[in-house]
Amino acid sequence: MADEIATADPSTTPTETLDKLVVRFAGDSGDGMQLAGNRFTDASALFGNDLATLPDFPAEIRAPAGTLPGVSSFQVQIADYDILTAGDQPDCLVAMNPAALMTNLKDLRQGGTLIVNTDAFDERNLAKAGYESDPLDDDSLKGYRVIKVPMDDLTKEAVKDTGVKGRNVLRSKNLFALGLMAWLFNRPTEPTVDWIEKKFGKKEEVAAANIAAFQAGYNFGITTEATKNTFEVKPAALKPGTYTNVNGNTALAWGLIAASRKSGLPLFYGTYPITPASDILHELSHHKNFGVRTFQAEDEIAAVGATIGAAFAGNLAVTGSSGPGIALKSEGISLAFMLELPMIVINVQRGGPSTGLPTKPEQSDLLFSLYGRHGESPLPVLAIPTPSEAFLMAIEAARIAVKYMTPVILLSDNSVANASEPWLLPDLDSISEIDTEYAKHPNGPDGTFLPYMRNIDTFARPWAIPGTAGLEHRVGGLEKDALSGDVSYDPINHQLMTDTRAWKVANIANDIPQLEVDGEEDAEILVLGWGSTFGAIRAAARRVRLDGHKVACVQLRHLNPLPNNLGDILRGYEKILIPELNTGQLLKVIRAEFLIDATGLNKVAAEPFKVSEVSDKILEMIK
Amino acid sequence: MTTRSYTRGDFQTDQEVRWCPGCGDYTILASVQQFVAALGRPREEFVFISGIGCSSRFPYYMNTYGMHSIHGRAPAIASGVASTRPDLSVWVITGDGDALSIGGNHLIHALRRNVNLNILLFNNQIYGLTKGQYSPTSEVGKTTKSSPFGSIDYPFNPVSLALGAEASFVARTLDMDRNHTQGVLKAAYEHEGSAFIEIYQNCNVFNDKAFIQITGKEERVHNRIDLEHGKPIVFDGGSKAVVMRDGEATVVDSSSIDPTAILVHDETRPEPAIAFALSRLSHGPYGPTPLGIFRNVQRPAYDTELNAQLEKAKDRFGDGDLSQLIRSHGTWTVEEASSNGG
Repeated sequence: MADEIATADPSTTPTETLDKLVVRFAGDSGDGMQLAGNRFTDASALFGNDLATLPDFPAEIRAPAGTLPGVSSFQVQIADYDILTAGDQPDCLVAMNPAALMTNLKDLRQGGTLIVNTDAFDERNLAKAGYESDPLDDDSLKGYRVIKVPMDDLTKEAVKDTGVKGRNVLRSKNLFALGLMAWLFNRPTEPTVDWIEKKFGKKEEVAAANIAAFQAGYNFGITTEATKNTFEVKPAALKPGTYTNVNGNTALAWGLIAASRKSGLPLFYGTYPITPASDILHELSHHKNFGVRTFQAEDEIAAVGATIGAAFAGNLAVTGSSGPGIALKSEGISLAFMLELPMIVINVQRGGPSTGLPTKPEQSDLLFSLYGRHGESPLPVLAIPTPSEAFLMAIEAARIAVKYMTPVILLSDNSVANASEPWLLPDLDSISEIDTEYAKHPNGPDGTFLPYMRNIDTFARPWAIPGTAGLEHRVGGLEKDALSGDVSYDPINHQLMTDTRAWKVANIANDIPQLEVDGEEDAEILVLGWGSTFGAIRAAARRVRLDGHKVACVQLRHLNPLPNNLGDILRGYEKILIPELNTGQLLKVIRAEFLIDATGLNKVAAEPFKVSEVSDKILEMIK
Repeated sequence: MTTRSYTRGDFQTDQEVRWCPGCGDYTILASVQQFVAALGRPREEFVFISGIGCSSRFPYYMNTYGMHSIHGRAPAIASGVASTRPDLSVWVITGDGDALSIGGNHLIHALRRNVNLNILLFNNQIYGLTKGQYSPTSEVGKTTKSSPFGSIDYPFNPVSLALGAEASFVARTLDMDRNHTQGVLKAAYEHEGSAFIEIYQNCNVFNDKAFIQITGKEERVHNRIDLEHGKPIVFDGGSKAVVMRDGEATVVDSSSIDPTAILVHDETRPEPAIAFALSRLSHGPYGPTPLGIFRNVQRPAYDTELNAQLEKAKDRFGDGDLSQLIRSHGTWTVEEASSNGG
């Protein structure tokens, strides 16, 4: 069937070439918009475009059908050059029902293309979306190029001979919409057909129906000449090499497996399901042939507990969650800090506090990560800037954890975890091994073992795992003697141990990359970011430079300890802007650490920064 | 398996034992040390993990690997050790507050999963380390520092709770009876999966003589019901017996019934119902109370199953190839001299 589509002749419709394109699929959360968006993305990735995605879905699995809170959308930007974000404004919007139109139309570029499923525009759905009159019949869509398609009817017709029945018939309408989009934007069809066959191969009639609907959507474009012209975006001139399309959660899971291989330590992932971190568990649970043990605990506290046990037993031990779950793990993380065991704590941040906005991006757990524990318990904190970089950041977190015998907090967020981008696959051999050595021999006088006698360079204590003869020892949450690890209530020893633990973590600053400034070092303004704001900040800087201005950018990946040269960099600029998806958390840290009066650009509006928001602020500050 | 010759002293540490003089914990420590020494299993293969409370200081006094962790979480931490290291013998030391109050969830889930752990619950029916508040096993009406008008909390019966969680091994023993304790420890050690042992432990400072009905010279003869596998359940010099009536275990005068009606103890019954009925004979150590092994059945252990899945996956898919993994979602290649301008 792939051939049938590929050989259909769209040549009667002229093609306009674009350098970039932003499309958004929007529909009810049961309409399969995430699937349609992902397929459009993968076809574009395999075609060679650069791209970035922004999925946006409600926390409810199936919010009441047709309502505004039930709308799910998927935005992707594709381009023939390297892009950094999923785009500020869609050029094309697919609206599967009135609610999707109501919530998404405001974002569509003036003059943009709007594809609507007219079959969903009945009185009931219009009322649920809050329309008093049908927008398809009045002037409200003036200014857009509207393609009206009765998708329900056409899908029913397309799948009638495939054997699917009842409610399953209309399940294929997302594939109809995708087919039409494939025609309109000259996307290759084979990857989608191949994917359907692979995914639904065992349910023949479902595969047949999906392919038929996809094909019908594509052919609908050809035969009705739905638009004056179609569009194409040529492949991007990306760096040579082999690419795959990956999202942050997947890249993170693969990075943990890579860290396990590079360290020779078996991977243990103890966790409790929570949005948006669960996909890390799903991915890891497939890879048991890599020696990966996943442990779905009874609660968040047990998840961190089992992870501590696994670390004590000699594993590369990782726990993952999101804000509320990390709060529950807090006591356990402090124990791991006190025991000085290597461990990674992943926090895929979401809108908070409490249950907050579970499916929306936010960076509001920075201060919690830095300070959210009882007692004096500083931990290394890292943040992932882009989906694909999650791979290397996972390895970096493991390196620090094992080398310094400490838990490490690794921050991701909803816009990294679920967003995808092309990833230039690394040369795996060029990634450094993680030196791992369990203690093998007594290190004290007369053949005794001193579990807190430290490495002279790293101040790490030895990792003596159960099963090693002669190194039997006890650890615990009570303060320990600085050498023997025996319980000690000695005040001077407590001061020494507190200082030593803090110094050990602070010293990691000497073992992380120095920051590099992107852009004009003699600029008046520096934009300082951390984590997932990377794309919006860099794209904004480009835009400002196109206007003839100078701007410098730095993105922090290490938030504790901060890189050694950060202070010097900050002092080199007259103005410093810190954009964050919170109310100013890094801003507080920078002011506290460096006594520098930086300016915040802060937003907690359930979405990442638009490039224009950052570029407008930069321009405002330099004018 | 390597065997070595040990004495109890080999399992003692140089740490001063800091329980109150006369505490039942001393006897339990001696029983455990004596038991593991007699096994001859290499010392480094033992891991003792505890939570918080008086009993939880235990690992500091065992010359093995050990962790004194945080309140209630020992079963979870021990699950992480046992799941990844089937070569070790992993023990959880906990108390009535630690295991049944703050850590109740971890206890029942460890038992449900049947992780290879030996869980020793020292039940003294009081909070000792925090100096004398009522615990989740204290009897209703008990006057303590935090219940000056008497406790209104209905207590857990730890054996009933463990059986309700479908624990595959459930037993009860006494601190003072070292032979009985070691017999139960041996059966627990040999059992695959979670083994739960409630140990009645006297707190002579805050709850002295709580178990006097079972331990007192005069009283124990009348109240101690020793469960022995394959034998009719009789006690008090044979004058009393246990029968099943209307679905409940009931104490009767032996002389009043046909001897064949006496319940014969079978710890291997697949269903926990009769074991549960036996656990209801007493709600605490206040009258005739069963001691010994209530249940000892085989079902797959979590860690055995987990590690078998790993082996099976390796057999089926081969040892994981990282290079293939990162290419598994489909790839495309950008050639050197690409013709597209950026």
